[in-house]
Amino acid sequence: MSYIPHTAAETQDMLAKIGVASFDELFDAVPAGQRFPTLDLPPAMSEMEIAAEMLAISEANDHAGDFAMFRGAGAYHHFIPSVVNHMLLRGEFYTAYTPYQPEISQGTLQATYEYQSMMCALTGMDAANASHYDGATSLAEAVTVALEVSRNRRKKIILSHAIHPQYREVLRTYHQGKDIRIIGDRGRGELVDLMEMLDSNTAMVAVQYPNFFGQVEDLRRLADTVHASGGLLVVVANPLALSLFTPPGEFGADIVVGEGQPLGIPLTFGGPYLGYFAIKQRLVRKIAGRIIGETVDVEGKRAYVMTLRPREQDIKRERATSNICTNQGLMALAAAVYLSLMGKNGLRQVGELNYHKAHYAAAQIDRLDGYSVDMTKPFFNEFVVACPRPIAEINAALLDAGVIGGYDLAQHYYHLPNHMLLCVTECNTRAEIDRLVDILEGLR
Amino acid sequence: MSEPIIYDLSAPGRSGVNLPAPDVPTAPLPNELLRDDLPLPEVGELQVVRHFVRLSQLNYSIDTGLYPLGSCTMKYNPKINEDAARLPGLAQLHPLADPESCQGAMMLMHELQSWLGEISGFEAVSLTPAAGAQGEFAGILMIRQYHIDRGEPERDIILVPDSAHGTNPATVTMAGLRMQQLPANAAGEVDLDALHEACSGENAGQIAGMMMTMPSTLGLFEPNIAQVIERVQSVGGLMYMDGANMNALMAVVKPGKLGFDCMHYNLHKTFSTPHGGGGPGSGAVGVNARLRDYLPGPVVRRDALPGDAAADDEVPSARYDWHMPSKSIGRLKAFAGNFGMHLRAYAYIRAYGGEGLRQVTRCAVLNANYLREKLRGEYALPYDQTADGARRYCGHEFVVRGAFDDAPGVHALDISKRLIDYGFHPPTNYFPLIVPEALLIEPTETESKDDLDKLAEAMRSIAKEARETPQLLQDAPSTAPVRRLDEAKAARQLHLCCPAARPGA
Repeated sequence: MSYIPHTAAETQDMLAKIGVASFDELFDAVPAGQRFPTLDLPPAMSEMEIAAEMLAISEANDHAGDFAMFRGAGAYHHFIPSVVNHMLLRGEFYTAYTPYQPEISQGTLQATYEYQSMMCALTGMDAANASHYDGATSLAEAVTVALEVSRNRRKKIILSHAIHPQYREVLRTYHQGKDIRIIGDRGRGELVDLMEMLDSNTAMVAVQYPNFFGQVEDLRRLADTVHASGGLLVVVANPLALSLFTPPGEFGADIVVGEGQPLGIPLTFGGPYLGYFAIKQRLVRKIAGRIIGETVDVEGKRAYVMTLRPREQDIKRERATSNICTNQGLMALAAAVYLSLMGKNGLRQVGELNYHKAHYAAAQIDRLDGYSVDMTKPFFNEFVVACPRPIAEINAALLDAGVIGGYDLAQHYYHLPNHMLLCVTECNTRAEIDRLVDILEGLR
Repeated sequence: MSEPIIYDLSAPGRSGVNLPAPDVPTAPLPNELLRDDLPLPEVGELQVVRHFVRLSQLNYSIDTGLYPLGSCTMKYNPKINEDAARLPGLAQLHPLADPESCQGAMMLMHELQSWLGEISGFEAVSLTPAAGAQGEFAGILMIRQYHIDRGEPERDIILVPDSAHGTNPATVTMAGLRMQQLPANAAGEVDLDALHEACSGENAGQIAGMMMTMPSTLGLFEPNIAQVIERVQSVGGLMYMDGANMNALMAVVKPGKLGFDCMHYNLHKTFSTPHGGGGPGSGAVGVNARLRDYLPGPVVRRDALPGDAAADDEVPSARYDWHMPSKSIGRLKAFAGNFGMHLRAYAYIRAYGGEGLRQVTRCAVLNANYLREKLRGEYALPYDQTADGARRYCGHEFVVRGAFDDAPGVHALDISKRLIDYGFHPPTNYFPLIVPEALLIEPTETESKDDLDKLAEAMRSIAKEARETPQLLQDAPSTAPVRRLDEAKAARQLHLCCPAARPGA
């Protein structure tokens, strides 16, 4: 049988050692009437057949290998150096589990410590944990920290409407059992409108950077105003954009969270991704999830270990504020390898390629009759295009021409019919951009 | 020899990547918004490769040896599944693709939903939870909302046995409910008297439900499971099953048919998706009819298309679409779950079929019982008899007491660390909490008899050493890359970030 090594003779020996005549006797505690049901599943397949079936399923999708990809909205098609995948395929990494036994897990522990360090470098924060499930759940966990910090006295959470719509949904799912108010994101409020909602009951304000529409805003005044009211500023940041733009730690963010997927993790239809979570030193003991610290062994040799364990659910049980245990360890490794390869200059270069290509595409599209792009506000690699037709029609025509078009903003923002969010990355060639522009021109 | 930290390999101007020059005119950058400094390391490609390969060699893993970490199901992770996950139509598929552009992926998710439902006897399954703990959270939120919708918001108590994994109580708190702990009886089972008491009087109207692990965290089948379920449901509570131990149940019993209302699966345990050094996991949830509308979304719905699809392979027979259940507790993460784990679980179930999965469970339980018999007499085996004193088999895992009356200085942790010197990963330590000095051992079905014999031999040697040369255990490990760590120092003098990564470094 596929992955089971037992021979018939061994099985008999083992049953004899236990002192039973058959497998069935081992299950005598299971209620007799419910014992040994048949499972109505497709018949077993050989490895060759599985490979063929998986290939067929793969081919039944329109993917960035075959199509020019201009869709982002929280999941991005970026170049991943070959080394990243080779390191992820080291069985010593991907077939290990949580480093409960640090003496034989130093590889995972040190790599995670390096990941934490590089996330601090990117965000300008003091500490980062070993990851949450994705950017959305990181934001939801930030709310838990903010409530904790106010000792649950402050009950108001202010969200910008320009945070990814699904992140805001997840945040509401997480906190539906709590007596708190989540406001700010129902309208089209600008940053100044969020500031007006602040009061002594506000635990935190969250904004996205660049925001969901791709724009990079100066958040210094917001940070000062939030702090003056005694709340926390939480920034949801695209880590790749931080290759270019001021890190949130520098303008006063208390917590920085986001989606680490742009750092060497493939699209894979939405997951597994990487929720990063970075925080200021004074709040570090409030952080949920695993965190790796440096220490020494009994001989004084430098080593790494999971630390601040008493916060975790396996020790604190019902007094824990989060139940997270399994995180996205392998994805954090991917980000560590990616950032090590890119380094200071490579990451900046990738950021600039994104910036220049997106600005080239935006300028070309803005020139087309019937289309417009707001070129007055700074943006990174995404921008909103006002189009002359429903986005579904445009995207269908693009798909026929081998192009995956932008995200239809009307799905979540009813005031934006015929608006698409386009994403241009280092993977898009000038020829692809020109082709996109040509097709759009024909769709007036 | 320690591997240097990546920043120690850095030299100004070095690079590990080869990027193209811009092929478009450059645009001016907004200087007032730019950062001054980016304190990342600068390392060459080969140096990065060697660094991470050397780090990998400091790890113990399933690919290098037996990993009997109880409640984690460290079974072999098939290589073909890794290849499948890297196919371009799966790895390079955008999560916000229009449904017409991702019918293959949605078909896969739909099939997996229905197979998981079949395996566990549930009506409907959502694949969105990212890990077991998130699956639990989904389950408790569904139970909470169910009672609210029935006009019984006062039902806010979740009963949790004291043998439960720590995620269970933490989940209850996260959902805004209250936990009431239930003690175990002398046989390690739910104490039925305590359960009756908890479900009586004023408490009865406040019971929202109960969370149970099956087999229990002691690795034992609960002989009174039917009475437990009946008792909780008779006062209006719902039953949640923690499915971490599903490897002991496939084609042995369907939890949904036993009467559970809801459970989560750990695809990274039972269905072989790799543990990744701590994740990603995947924690699908299954529910019966009364909770199906509350599932976290989106789920994949299949609509049969008219016409004779069978006659023409080019015409699809169905169309798949996203569906948000009508009373859904909402989204648990962006997009639709850890699809990379779904596809591996799909390939795994495909390799076995229904009878094959039965064999998985049989051999997992065989291996655990065999190893337990090999250790009998060497280690105390708590709870190895039923309440009536009858002989009792374990499920896919079992607990031994990691201490000896005639070797008082030796603890479970010492035995674990000494196992490292013998070339094995230690079992789970100090869990479940109801057994002092517990070692929870789960060999899994993919380990051979030969390797189990070697592990038993090592455990026997260690038991002998514990009495004769206890210092060997207390000083262990001596052969690992590092010796025992100063964990107190790590927590006291927090050092969580390399100084070179700080601004201005």
